[in-house]
Amino acid sequence: MWRIIHQLGSPPWVYRFCDRVIPWLLPLTAVALIVGSAWGLLFAPTDYKQGDSYRIIYIHVPAAVVSLAGYYIMAFAGLVSLVWRIKLADLAMRAAAPIGAAFTAVALITGAIWGKPTWGAWWVWDARVTSMLILFFLYVGVIALFQAYDNKTIAARACAILSLVGTVNIPIIYKSVDWWYSLHQPASIKFTGSSAIDASMLYPLLGMIVAFYALFALLLMLNLKQSLTSEYSQSNWLIKRITT
Amino acid sequence: MADQSGIDILQYLRGQTARHVRLQFASPSEIVNPLLFFLLVVILFPLGLGPDPERLALLAPGILWVVALLANLMICMRLFVDDFEDGSLEQLAMASTPLALSVIPQLLAAWMTGGLVLSLAAPLFGMMLGLPVSAAPVLVASLLMGTAIMLLLGAVGAALTVGVRRGGILLALLILPLYIPVLIAGTRALDEALHSGDPAVALAFLGAGVTGGLLLAPLAIAAGLRVSLEL
Amino acid sequence: MTEPLLMAHELSVQKGVRTLLSNVSLSVSQGDIWQLAGGNGVGKTSLLRAFARLARIEVFGRLERCEDVLYSGHSAALKGALTPRQNLMTHPSGLNVPSDLAIDTALEAVGVLGHADVQTARLSAGQKRRVALARLFLPSPRLWLLDEPFTALDVQGVKALEARFLEHACKGGAVVFTSHQSAALGDELKVLNLEHYCGG
Repeated sequence: MWRIIHQLGSPPWVYRFCDRVIPWLLPLTAVALIVGSAWGLLFAPTDYKQGDSYRIIYIHVPAAVVSLAGYYIMAFAGLVSLVWRIKLADLAMRAAAPIGAAFTAVALITGAIWGKPTWGAWWVWDARVTSMLILFFLYVGVIALFQAYDNKTIAARACAILSLVGTVNIPIIYKSVDWWYSLHQPASIKFTGSSAIDASMLYPLLGMIVAFYALFALLLMLNLKQSLTSEYSQSNWLIKRITT
Repeated sequence: MADQSGIDILQYLRGQTARHVRLQFASPSEIVNPLLFFLLVVILFPLGLGPDPERLALLAPGILWVVALLANLMICMRLFVDDFEDGSLEQLAMASTPLALSVIPQLLAAWMTGGLVLSLAAPLFGMMLGLPVSAAPVLVASLLMGTAIMLLLGAVGAALTVGVRRGGILLALLILPLYIPVLIAGTRALDEALHSGDPAVALAFLGAGVTGGLLLAPLAIAAGLRVSLEL
Repeated sequence: MTEPLLMAHELSVQKGVRTLLSNVSLSVSQGDIWQLAGGNGVGKTSLLRAFARLARIEVFGRLERCEDVLYSGHSAALKGALTPRQNLMTHPSGLNVPSDLAIDTALEAVGVLGHADVQTARLSAGQKRRVALARLFLPSPRLWLLDEPFTALDVQGVKALEARFLEHACKGGAVVFTSHQSAALGDELKVLNLEHYCGG
């Protein structure tokens, strides 16, 4: 078990791992996304309330779920780097941030696309979307903090601290926004109600969520490989690997 | 080796807090400016929204809290900057006292000359927006706790950005999302007070925030300061 | 043989992507006066800060050090709004408050006793420098890490400081300081030339 952890801290090992995994993860993710999207966007039954416009949730919900998970992944990498001083964890955190921010942006945009035909407005201040917007700012904050420091090793440390502060605050933020929302909305209108969802709609949704997680992992590995290449461009192991 | 008995630590905290308060008073504009800022921004709202007293009274809780947020942000932008630049922060980090403990006097002094003053002055601004006097106790109580939480959170941001050029805007970007729960709870408490509801839940939430903040924030602040000192 | 106050073993100091110094080893015992020498940018300040544990993230290698350390960096850590007396009294770095007598002695030793109760901001640059050095004349920790202590001192000031170093070393303390110029401390002085440890 310790061996695995030790390997996870070794850049050459992780690079090799990425090299081995990406070739099959890429097509797998692509297939999962295509199948999931087709299923959800074309084959799932029409909702009796919202018609066909609801279908955007097959992108919106997975993006939202993964964007939230992504923040925790980023913060976890930060924690590892803070506690055990593993450079690779720094790189993983840096790699995760823009990906997570992008997923959040996708969730926000698809949320707006959903909102327009459903409720007539591009932007609606409901609990989930508002929380998502705040999450977006938390991501942007981490990225901006990283950019602000010239010395990137120290920058990563600062970002690790900020992400950890963020993780503690995220549940508080989500809960208070829920609270805020429930106070200000008359009970009859529920924009994102937790109505029971039919199995025929649920399965494509779950499938898409899995596909999005795979997509996140894929993008993370690609980004990580890129960072490893630039960080260790002078190292023997990398030069050997690239030239063989 | 310093004797770390309980009495010494209290004496140390008291002495250092007094030192910081004295330093604050050395530039009294630092204390008055946030108040003036508060007043000025509060004035902007009737000018922007129209003088209708009923509408202003309706919006008063939100307006007061948003302005309190911004005034707090201004205070946090000044935290640690002077000490960073003149080398006092380095000395603090070098000391035998844990940094998480030694930043507390400074924060306490900043709150006493900042958040505390704002909270006590708030009913006056509330009155200008048509907030009934009956809501004043809840306003002051919620702001006392809210400003404390905001100072603690703001100090975390300040610790991480003190070494950054023009870190003020960055600080705002980092901290304002974290202030949102305080905003929600604070306005909730006021709304309840105004509509004969029970502000206790909201106030309890704020109280929990202060307690949690006092326990956790100093650790993050110390970590952030050490990172900034590495620069 | 008492334990060394500071022991650095194969220390490397990086700054971003650059490796400033590598494999620096140093042992500072009681009574030692060490100068970290080298040109601008070689890494004297970075190494000193590593010794002070103010720089940890980009330092690799083993460092052991006693706990009572006095560090004096580029900035004097003086508050302009306070008087020199108040500055020395309420220094943030310790729980112990020096006695009035100790403060008076220190201020006199650096020649600013006459201005002890004037706001520090009103003093000249030279006087401020001397107030900063007054800390070295207070009862102080055994190990001193000083960054460029001789800057902006006149001949008299330099002599006084050198004398103080020798006194401190005699009493069982140790001094590690950085400087471009060489100090006239004769045989007592040990020099670590950082040019030898440059680069990766």
